Amino acid sequence: MSDNLKEIRTNIKRRQLINKIFAIIALLTIFVALIILLGLTLQLIIQGAPRLSVEFLTSFPSRKPEQAGILSAWVGTSLVMLVTALAAVPLGVAAGIYLEEYARKNWIADIIEINVTNLAGVPSIVYGLLALGLFVYQFKLGESIQTAGLTLALLILPIVIVTTREAIRAIPNSLREAAYALGATKWQTIWDHVLPSAFGTILTGIIVGLSRAIGETAPVITIGALTFIAFLPDSPFNAEFPFIPFTSNFPWINFEQLFAWLRAPFTLMPIQMFNWVSRPNPEFQLNAAAAGTVLLIMTLMMNGIAIYLRFLFRRGVKW
Amino acid sequence: MVGLNSEKLNQGEPKAEVNNLNFYYGSFHALKNINLFVPEKKITALIGPSGCGKTTFLRCFNRMHDLYPGNRYQGEILLDSINILAPEVDPIEVRMRISMVFQRPNPFPKSIYENVAYGLRLRGENNRLILDEKVEDALVASALWDEVKNRLFESALNLSGGQQQRLCIARALVTDPEIILFDEPTSALDPIATTSIEELMIELKKRVTILIVTHSMQQASRLSDYTAFMYLGEMMEFDTTEKIFTAPAKKKTEEYISGRIG
Repeated sequence: MSDNLKEIRTNIKRRQLINKIFAIIALLTIFVALIILLGLTLQLIIQGAPRLSVEFLTSFPSRKPEQAGILSAWVGTSLVMLVTALAAVPLGVAAGIYLEEYARKNWIADIIEINVTNLAGVPSIVYGLLALGLFVYQFKLGESIQTAGLTLALLILPIVIVTTREAIRAIPNSLREAAYALGATKWQTIWDHVLPSAFGTILTGIIVGLSRAIGETAPVITIGALTFIAFLPDSPFNAEFPFIPFTSNFPWINFEQLFAWLRAPFTLMPIQMFNWVSRPNPEFQLNAAAAGTVLLIMTLMMNGIAIYLRFLFRRGVKW
Repeated sequence: MVGLNSEKLNQGEPKAEVNNLNFYYGSFHALKNINLFVPEKKITALIGPSGCGKTTFLRCFNRMHDLYPGNRYQGEILLDSINILAPEVDPIEVRMRISMVFQRPNPFPKSIYENVAYGLRLRGENNRLILDEKVEDALVASALWDEVKNRLFESALNLSGGQQQRLCIARALVTDPEIILFDEPTSALDPIATTSIEELMIELKKRVTILIVTHSMQQASRLSDYTAFMYLGEMMEFDTTEKIFTAPAKKKTEEYISGRIG
């Protein structure tokens, strides 16, 4: 064997060794992360499983642990998430589009960029205080579902804006130029080409944001979420056909009733859990674990819907 | 005009006329006092070494530079005696009259049909019968129809590179533009696809004026009726292709043609 070949082989051996060491370290870290996550989830599920039943989902909280349920909590969480999504998605996506496609790139844009990024790191309790001052005292929206929804929307707005911007930035300029060269306006280029291509990533950002919001406790306690509530918001719909609350005079629909739920007091899943965990009776710990399991399932379902939407949308793009 | 023998150009009516065009990227003076005729229904090739400004010049014709901040035009490009560089002319108007085929095929991630129909839809055409007819015409004219007629509603991204580029030509053609700009349309393609695109362009000049930027001198000599040689942002020489390649007037042109610079 020539000296040269020997030298090459020793060199490769040394570098391959480092390569293998790093692969092992990476594998170990992923195992640690997975085991901790699995352990926590499994413990929660095993502990809470015996309490999971239809009654648990359809009962209001109670002083007796075996009769207590999470009806008001999961309805509250679902409605607040609905308001959060309806407020944060249009605002966040529109802001992201503006910053990325329309805004001039100058120092004002830089300042806005830094601020938006920093907002994503602001502790959530600060949003709670802001919302208490602004939504509850200033706008008099009450300690209600609408206030909670808007507060959490503020909280996740930076996440939605930043992911929208990144998704839009990842669309190659050649696609935009193709549209512009045919005479498209900026809006047509964005609506027909940029947004459809960026939709998947934007949706991921929305889900990351909503998943964060669904577990938040501090800001909603600040704005006055209840810890014990034994009734549901009034239904916007009538029990009988035609369900929508029509009235005999203008504007022919009873908006008062249709949107009454927005002003209803509420509790949320994490608050209900916290309430149970802090009780001395160990039976309540089981309830908390069961509620945690339901919360996990709700989050997973939200992710599932996003994946399904993405799949549906990919097919729906006029292929 | 630099090196221009105007009698020779009488063979073609000028479709566009470039007068004292200067272009700046910020403070960088990229195009210096360019003058040129673009003869109607002929192929005019822009050649020159990398960085000489030929693509920059081409992108002035559809105001592509307006998309990015800090770019500035001076002088005029007359299209039927309207200065398309004038600030009061909407770039969209210019782009609806002059279409462009890019260096890398850039079909939309939509169906083959929607790619071609998009230019018509932008013009408000939604009548399915008219769309069907015009899409077919454009695909026939771009020599793609036979290959795609049975899969018009499949994704354009499943086509080969050469087919994608012909699709981009169909997309540019469907709206009956007055000029089509080609920015090195074959540089990302293999020789066979290149040949088919070149044959297509020769066919197309019956109906549309063509301005093409090319790196390949062979391509320029095979295809074009007129050739403009650019060097360091200046128009060195413009004449019939035959004259440029057999008896160039400038020494620089001759050096570039013979491969000594570039």
